[in-house]
Amino acid sequence: MKFNSLDWELLGAITELNELPKGAINIRKDGEAIVRNSSPNITISSFIDKPGIIVEIKPETKDESVHVPVLLTNSGLKDKVYNTFIVGENADITIIAGCGIHNESHADSAHDGIHEIIVKKGARMKYIEKHYGQGKGKGKRIFNPTTIIRVEEDGVAELEMVQIEGVDDTIRPTTAYVGKKASLTIVERLLTHGEQKAESDVKIYIEGEGGAAQILSRSIARDTSEQVFRAAMIGQTECLGHVECDSIIMGNAKIKAVPELVAESADAVLTHEAAIGKIAGEQLIKLMSLGLTEPEAIDTILEGFLR
Amino acid sequence: MLRLENISLTVNNNGESKDILNNINISFVPGKLYGITGPNGGGKTSIAKTIMGIFKPNTGSIYLNEEDISDLDVAERAKKGIAYAFQQPPRFKGLTVEDLLKIARPDIETMEMRKTIRDVGLCPEDYLARDLGPGLSGGEMKRIEIAQVLTRNAEISIFDEPEAGVDLWTIQRLIFAIMQNFKTRPDATAIIITHNENVLPLCDEIIVVEDGEISAIGKPDEVWSLIREEIECQRRNECRGEMLNEIQ
Repeated sequence: MKFNSLDWELLGAITELNELPKGAINIRKDGEAIVRNSSPNITISSFIDKPGIIVEIKPETKDESVHVPVLLTNSGLKDKVYNTFIVGENADITIIAGCGIHNESHADSAHDGIHEIIVKKGARMKYIEKHYGQGKGKGKRIFNPTTIIRVEEDGVAELEMVQIEGVDDTIRPTTAYVGKKASLTIVERLLTHGEQKAESDVKIYIEGEGGAAQILSRSIARDTSEQVFRAAMIGQTECLGHVECDSIIMGNAKIKAVPELVAESADAVLTHEAAIGKIAGEQLIKLMSLGLTEPEAIDTILEGFLR
Repeated sequence: MLRLENISLTVNNNGESKDILNNINISFVPGKLYGITGPNGGGKTSIAKTIMGIFKPNTGSIYLNEEDISDLDVAERAKKGIAYAFQQPPRFKGLTVEDLLKIARPDIETMEMRKTIRDVGLCPEDYLARDLGPGLSGGEMKRIEIAQVLTRNAEISIFDEPEAGVDLWTIQRLIFAIMQNFKTRPDATAIIITHNENVLPLCDEIIVVEDGEISAIGKPDEVWSLIREEIECQRRNECRGEMLNEIQ
């Protein structure tokens, strides 16, 4: 399969790839799998009854990664895909997902990804998902990723979910279940500009004794864009949970942050921090006193904030 | 040479105008270390911020090497060679110590960056990758702020109360680092705003600022007796006030 320059541009933005990596990979373009390789430890197969893939990582697999990016370049396409990841016991794996949409037309392009992730006992997983949109068409670039993750006993999972730019509309529900002595960290970084709208709804149920979870959200809303961030941490047993949402607001943007803590056990320790504010004048002056112009100082602050 | 000519600064505070600086005239000569001291609220930091372009004076002009820089903004003055270590440096979530030093001087070599961090008493292995967010203490932020000015090797370096928020042991180290950096550059001018009785005698000239005006200027031995007198007078007044309170 040959990739054109647009494909590489999108792939580079969401996965930082500039050539096909060795190992397990599945690239879906405009509703079809155009590249698929399994590896000895990672099997990728299709669902029979619905579009999408099952990625199975064998127990004890160490230091391997699997790439599963999605590209949408046919304007007006609405792609819905179901992906299931099963990380075997004691495996240690990185999953690089994400989606890039290029839309040059007046019709909306949309990608709805429904991801189910199971991190088995003692396994470690890092999941990186970046969303990016580009193109000059008036048609919207829409992403609606739904994620359901279950981290079993002693498992460790980190989800890094990033919306880089160019996404007009997104609704991002994430539901997580954390088992005994398991740990889950969800890092969300979001940038909206123009008239874009983003809604993120995260719910984490800490079910297992000694479980720990945290949600770290950083977002920037510029121009007239709007963001809603809901994060609920439900502690059902002796556990630790923390929600942190930090936002920079600019122009005439609107941000609503709703952290929610629910303790269903007296041994649950749950905390939250939420802050929304504009760039502090003293930060700008500090960077300008090092020789940066005001726009350069703003870019430096925003880039660092979302890093 | 940096020259402040007839600088006056008035600010609007809740509808009331307040004079902060009144007809300040000073020249800072290359190769000299200046100490600016005086009571709190006297106008020391306002002078520094006016030099840096953060405050715009109502009247007067500022000249750098005889070029009028009064209309230049903060970034333009920085590019002309003025550096300022803030009294309370701001924090930046997501930017690291290394990022800040590289912004301060984009061509800085790693070895020099590491040395500067060591010079201010921090371990480069531990600190270069640290986030400039709430994880750093006020004292650590202060040391990094000073390191950032030292890396710039600017023609005019202003340090605003380097001792504030820093432990006694570190103050000596910071002052030593500032002196070492300054001594290797004969064309440079360093200005330290300080209340520290051990730092002031090291300066070539001391400028005393009170109520927005320069009340004394001269070599440490010339000005020192005035400062001591003022300190003693203040102490006596405080004691008298306390005694009166007790009697009442």
